Amino acid sequence: MTVFIIRRLMQSVLVVFVMSFLVFGGVNLVGDPVEMMVSDEADQEERERVIRSMGLDKPWYVQYGLFVANAAQGDLGKSFVYGEQALGIIVQRMPATFELALAALLMAIVIGIPLGVYSGLNSESRFSKVIMAGSILGFSLPTFWVGLMFIMVFAVMLGWLPSTGRGETVELLGINVSFLTTNGLSHLILPAVNLALFKISLVIRLARAGTREIVHMDFIKFARAKGLSTQRVIMVHLMKNIMIPVVTVLGLEFGGLIAFSVVTETVFAWPGMGKLIIDSIQGLDRPVIVAYLMIIVLVFVVINLVVDVLYSILDPRVRIQDVKG
Amino acid sequence: MNTIAEQVAPIAAASEVKVETPFRRFCTAFLDSKVATTALIVLGILIFMALFAPLISPTNPYDLAVVSILDSKMPPGTKSLDGVTFLLGTDGAGRDLVSAMIYGLRISLGVGVMSGIFAMAIGATVGLIAAYFGGRTENIIMRIVDIQLSFPAILVALILLAILGKGVDKITIALIIVQWAYYARTVRGSALVERNKEYIEAATCLAIGHRRILFRHLLPNCLPPLIVVGTIQTAHAISLEATLSFLGVGLPVSEPSLGLLISNGFDYMLSGKYWISFFPGIALLITIVSINLVGDQLRDVLNPRLDR
Repeated sequence: MTVFIIRRLMQSVLVVFVMSFLVFGGVNLVGDPVEMMVSDEADQEERERVIRSMGLDKPWYVQYGLFVANAAQGDLGKSFVYGEQALGIIVQRMPATFELALAALLMAIVIGIPLGVYSGLNSESRFSKVIMAGSILGFSLPTFWVGLMFIMVFAVMLGWLPSTGRGETVELLGINVSFLTTNGLSHLILPAVNLALFKISLVIRLARAGTREIVHMDFIKFARAKGLSTQRVIMVHLMKNIMIPVVTVLGLEFGGLIAFSVVTETVFAWPGMGKLIIDSIQGLDRPVIVAYLMIIVLVFVVINLVVDVLYSILDPRVRIQDVKG
Repeated sequence: MNTIAEQVAPIAAASEVKVETPFRRFCTAFLDSKVATTALIVLGILIFMALFAPLISPTNPYDLAVVSILDSKMPPGTKSLDGVTFLLGTDGAGRDLVSAMIYGLRISLGVGVMSGIFAMAIGATVGLIAAYFGGRTENIIMRIVDIQLSFPAILVALILLAILGKGVDKITIALIIVQWAYYARTVRGSALVERNKEYIEAATCLAIGHRRILFRHLLPNCLPPLIVVGTIQTAHAISLEATLSFLGVGLPVSEPSLGLLISNGFDYMLSGKYWISFFPGIALLITIVSINLVGDQLRDVLNPRLDR
């Protein structure tokens, strides 16, 4: 187990380094930030002063070296637009995005698993056909369009729920959260459902496939033969086994939720990291883009690591195979 | 000689009909599902509309002489001053929405299919090489594939477009880079199985070149899963392009795909003018659903494990 975790950790560190290089190199190709910072009337001296102050006069490898050294100390440069630490700006926006993603994840589990298990157990019933048709729709509908339609129906036509922003927030452990106030919660519902839609469909599919496969296995028959109640067989014996793929995929998809929150946040003007990156790309705010990407890479690497470890606990075969290979 | 050949030909043709070729069996199996058949027909119609957009669409949305700003934001069914009926209304610039959608479909499908084909070509080649040569080549390739796939497609595409800028060519390139890894993984998976079979051994013994073995012997046997992934990925690509265009990093305003049409309508949505976003979205939805349904059926039919 320890060997496994160490191997995975080393791999993660390597990925972070490679990605930092790619991100830095790639983003350095974006536009010319000097053009934005300097007014048209500025003379050559002024331009050079700006270039020097941003460290753009040094060769790229020095810039990269400085970038890594500073990044290790949590300094990812100052935003060209906001004039503050890029990392600080992103960290400030992070709770909003995480709140949204977690709410969506919760919905995917609470709605997806029961529906999936039901349709796996009664695959011929009409309701499970409706569920499956719904999940195909959930896969096919483009997130942003569904978001627009939500706004149109629930905000414009019915006027039930607000369509933009986070609403009232309260501080919880030093972090502003929306879900504890009624106003904030009403702001959270539409974006969270919108973001969750794809994942709900995915969980339905996984749970259904798992259920259909496991229901015919010997240990389920044995549990039934022992005289256990159907409820217990489903809740304990079946659930435990369908959870393996669901946990893996959901863990991996949590990163996807954060990435896709870019779309949902843009639609619902949710003040999170996703909206920030879109604004930054359009404003060529390099430090913020780089900082966002590095944070996303870190988040992903951590998620992958946690999922791998969890997975190896749930299914020891993975661990053995990896150490052998 | 001629007469004999002529006499033989019809007999050969007739007997050919009765023989159950794999292709024929595949067609029968595919058409077994009514849903999938309907989806295929719908998809056919959509492709036809996209190909012959200038002939089908009621007006030319790019023709500034026809488009009048006075007609902008008309609800569905209104008549213009010239007596043209706007079946689905007009958009913010006064374009007939039906025409704009048909042209938009052309761009959406075009970008999706083109990027799919290129990504498939690159991914399949890389995947075949990985499986066939194995060893360090395979390790390096698959590590790259794994790392790329651990990042969501939308994020990678977003960053690429931030670097490349807007444009049909740019978004196609971004979509190719985003997608190739899926194909590489799929092809490698099936090629690994095929590689150890006797016919590859036989081909190797005949001292046939690597390239010929890869593309003439190995590739045809890896095609079924590749086709399935290809259809599903194309649907993804279309959806992704629409999303990116909506975010304002995809296509330029001069070439409105369905996604961009929806995005344009977003500005008018809060004032209750729903149709500008609604109908292009429905068109996008129908396109993606029908491709997905065809893909699902292909998977069922082509899967050797489900013995039919």
